[in-house]
Amino acid sequence: MDLLIQQLVAGLATGGIYASLALSLVMIYQATGLINFAQGEMAMFSTYIAWTLVNAGMPYWPAFFLTVGCSFVGGILIERLVIRPVENAPMLSIVIVFIGLLVVFNSVAGWIWTHTIKPFPSPFPDQPLELIAGTAVPMHAVGVVVVTLAVMALLYFFFRFTPLGLAMRAAAQNPVSSRLVGIRVGRMLALGWGLAASVGAVAGMMVAPIVFLDPGMMSGILLYGFAGALLGGIGNPGGAVLGGFMVGVMENLVGTYVPFVGNELKLTVALVIIVLVVLVRPAGLFGKVSVTRV
Amino acid sequence: MPSAVSSATLWGLRAPSWKKLSMATVGVVAVVVPLVSSDYRTFQFTLALVYAIAILGLNILTGYNGQFSLGHGAFYAVGAYTVAIMMARWSVPYYLTLPVAGLVCLVIGFLFGLPALRLEGLYLAVATLGLAIAVPQILKYGRLERWTGGVQGIVILKPESPFGLPLSQDQWLYFFTLAVTVAVFIAVRNLLRSRSGRAIVAIRDHHVAAQAMGINTALVKSLTFAVSACCTGIAGALGATVVQFVAPDSFNIFLSISFLVGMVVGGLASISGAVYGGLFLQFVPNVAEQISKAAPWAVYGLFLIGFMYFMPGGISGALGRVWEGINRRWGSKDLHRASIATGPSTRVRDE
Repeated sequence: MDLLIQQLVAGLATGGIYASLALSLVMIYQATGLINFAQGEMAMFSTYIAWTLVNAGMPYWPAFFLTVGCSFVGGILIERLVIRPVENAPMLSIVIVFIGLLVVFNSVAGWIWTHTIKPFPSPFPDQPLELIAGTAVPMHAVGVVVVTLAVMALLYFFFRFTPLGLAMRAAAQNPVSSRLVGIRVGRMLALGWGLAASVGAVAGMMVAPIVFLDPGMMSGILLYGFAGALLGGIGNPGGAVLGGFMVGVMENLVGTYVPFVGNELKLTVALVIIVLVVLVRPAGLFGKVSVTRV
Repeated sequence: MPSAVSSATLWGLRAPSWKKLSMATVGVVAVVVPLVSSDYRTFQFTLALVYAIAILGLNILTGYNGQFSLGHGAFYAVGAYTVAIMMARWSVPYYLTLPVAGLVCLVIGFLFGLPALRLEGLYLAVATLGLAIAVPQILKYGRLERWTGGVQGIVILKPESPFGLPLSQDQWLYFFTLAVTVAVFIAVRNLLRSRSGRAIVAIRDHHVAAQAMGINTALVKSLTFAVSACCTGIAGALGATVVQFVAPDSFNIFLSISFLVGMVVGGLASISGAVYGGLFLQFVPNVAEQISKAAPWAVYGLFLIGFMYFMPGGISGALGRVWEGINRRWGSKDLHRASIATGPSTRVRDE
């Protein structure tokens, strides 16, 4: 029972990280119909910025928010400078540009900060938290879940209750009509990229204390992010978040209780989830089936 | 061929003769290079050929059929491991392992292609990316260690040149690889110029129209995936023989991405482009590495993005434009037309 609860909480914690990443994928997907393959590496790069700030002596939380801000600006710049020129290019070109970004971020991070694995501080206290008598779970895990939920809540309120959020949703849903009512669609897209980059940065900073910081840390996480987003429905932010949590929990339970998987085949679990979802229910659990006219 | 075309000349030679002449030059250079280079240089050229085959495989799928794959490194790995396991564990000679590796990848490619049929565009990209990320972990898996050697990988012996030929091992491997490369390239060229090849391209260009014309799109797409995986698997098999070593971490996601880089740089949907891509993958990183160890990948990334902006046709597309320019400047109009009609970019022929 102890083991089960511990694994559940650990699963929710990693699930929260996948959920954040899945959410940032969905935000860009909804706005542009594209999957940003560089999302994980962008998050990794942000985490390195945070690491540099913390190492320069800045306290954790100011560094955290400064990093989120930097990522926001960075996301906007990427959309404006790199993505915009190929906006109307064939899908293949855009995917190749995304992969190019992935490679550039990865190598530049390795160039600046070397490939040595670095520890990353956790803002949460070290001592474990006793949830139920006798069952202790790491504080960081609980903290991750709380932070993830806070981010989701913030985004929800932003998109649901602010005029800017409404404009962004409109621009994503119907660019032509939005332009006609005076919404700057291009600017909204750039904002979306900025927000997605910030959410990714949060995911990176939350996962780094668990997996340690190195330029390759996000590739596995990105795969889980994909799995979460696809499972929940790539067109549905709430679904993607739920999907992320589900994938996290599933990963931990399968790793613990299915003997032949263990820790060694965890990534394969994500691959299997992805393939199964796109085969059985491409729209995901909570997504709407979309029909395109040819 | 219309008579007007055959009479047109550039510097006294007709367009088909120019083509033959340039092919012959390339052939002579390819044969002479290992005889005048050091063993290490020869080894590098061999690897460039290996990459060219792998890129060609990816190009069949992505360039000609329009299906994404960000995970062709996985098939390269399967080919390499098939060879390594057969050679190291069962002492099968290397030349027998090659067709087996191709066959294994053909089957695996077909099986992966079956579900892939239902995956449109981006979903396929995600699934193949997943494959690429998961492969090193699968290769390290404890229960397979008896065959794969786990993290340690497998060391294999370099084959000697046969029949007492006066060639070093590296030179022999070069010629062996060259022969396989030529065979694969001719086979792929013939495939793409055949009825099946036109079906493959038709699916890329408009899959509903292709279906309406009676092409079994599901089958053709799966088979394309299989052939593509088979090519890349053969490349992996040759690569393992040449490098004499396979280990899980050399088949990571970046291997797949480098094939993508090679394809984009060489030219999408171009057969000759695969060769430029292979040479690029082998030699540009060496130059870039002198700046920093991370530089080759930064260069790769910039090339990926830069080519999409400025040269979407890759090197072969640019060369094609140069060739057309020469024709327009110095050749007669007929020659210009002839080069277009016979060029690999158009597969419309009167039958």
